[in-house]
Amino acid sequence: MNEILMIAISAVLVNNFVLSQFLGICPFLGVSKKLETALGMGGAVVFVMTVASCITRAIYDLFLFPNGLDYLNTIVFILIIASLVQFVEVVLKKFLPTLYRALGIYLPLITTNCAVLGAALINIDKGYNVLNSTLYGFFAGVGFTLALVLFAGVRERLEYSDIPESLKGLPIALIAAALVSMAFLGFKGLFGI
Amino acid sequence: MKALKTLTNGIIKENPVFRLVLGTCPTLAVTTSVRNGIGMGLAATVVLVGSNLVISLLRKVIPDKVRIPAYITIISGFVTIVQMLLKAYLPELDKELGIYIPLIVVNCIILARAEMFANKNNALLSIFDGIGMGLGFTVALLTIGTVRELLGAGTWFGMTVTANLFEPALIIILPPGGFLVFGIIMGLVNKFSAMSSTENKGCASCPLPCGASGKGKEGQV
Repeated sequence: MNEILMIAISAVLVNNFVLSQFLGICPFLGVSKKLETALGMGGAVVFVMTVASCITRAIYDLFLFPNGLDYLNTIVFILIIASLVQFVEVVLKKFLPTLYRALGIYLPLITTNCAVLGAALINIDKGYNVLNSTLYGFFAGVGFTLALVLFAGVRERLEYSDIPESLKGLPIALIAAALVSMAFLGFKGLFGI
Repeated sequence: MKALKTLTNGIIKENPVFRLVLGTCPTLAVTTSVRNGIGMGLAATVVLVGSNLVISLLRKVIPDKVRIPAYITIISGFVTIVQMLLKAYLPELDKELGIYIPLIVVNCIILARAEMFANKNNALLSIFDGIGMGLGFTVALLTIGTVRELLGAGTWFGMTVTANLFEPALIIILPPGGFLVFGIIMGLVNKFSAMSSTENKGCASCPLPCGASGKGKEGQV
């Protein structure tokens, strides 16, 4: 139980994927303009990341590592993630059309989201077992969503501010992200993580 | 002549980081020091040249429908090669760059060049494009790395250069500093590129579904 709590706090707050590890910056800057899209993207990422972490870790343990093929993990993981995203899309469309309508447009964007591959690789680095890997994937996704949603709030305010011409668009978004990231820096050292 | 133009194109006019806004994740993550920035830049260049060459040679063989998975497989092959070479010869750099080396696979610069350039041009031009874009990426990482290391640690390439003129601001080499320095440099680039090409290409020109350009056309990301 304690370990689970540690994983949760580490993935969501202390080592937030977006704000302190720089994983998934593209969607962070791309879809954080509105709260609604931020939530949709976040939901899709949580879902895919949880499943992907579980499957990649299981395949690594059962197949890659025992056969001495662990050097192939990058290739295998990215192919698993790409096909998983396709598969999830088909399954959701068929069996859970409501969920599909909510998350559908974000799913194809996820293959090239480095947070998903990043989570799979970090699980291997940290030596988590399958259960902890799945949890890590889930909580890292939650952390991603939290950052996205918080930042969407900031950007909605930015829309109405008077910004110097050359800073409009991406530059000011990055500077605002710096401030949000600074806030998250305050979690460093929480519970000794 | 065309080859030379292709080569220089990537360094300034279409600099992948400042002009095309691709590959932001590694740009922010590894620029805590100049050394890491250059290491990342060169690793990505090697992958870019290799994947551009192979993809351009295979462009008539790969069926259109499965081209993206095919590109990803080719790219991850090269990434694995680079990863193993780094582990063998520069283990220190490999440790510092950590998971960002395997993450070159999902670096938009490489996929974007495969889709926008190597897919349509011959092998020689694709190699030059790879070198140009790779150098452009490296130059951008070098610039950001220089600013961050100077202000954040008072050193350049590990050498102390600011003596004791000022107290280094640690925050610059921490994550918030990455966002801040990148944002300010991009603002300056916008200002001094004299609005000659105001249509900010951004991710909008990139055909890939990385999510940055959202669904609709948004001139600026």
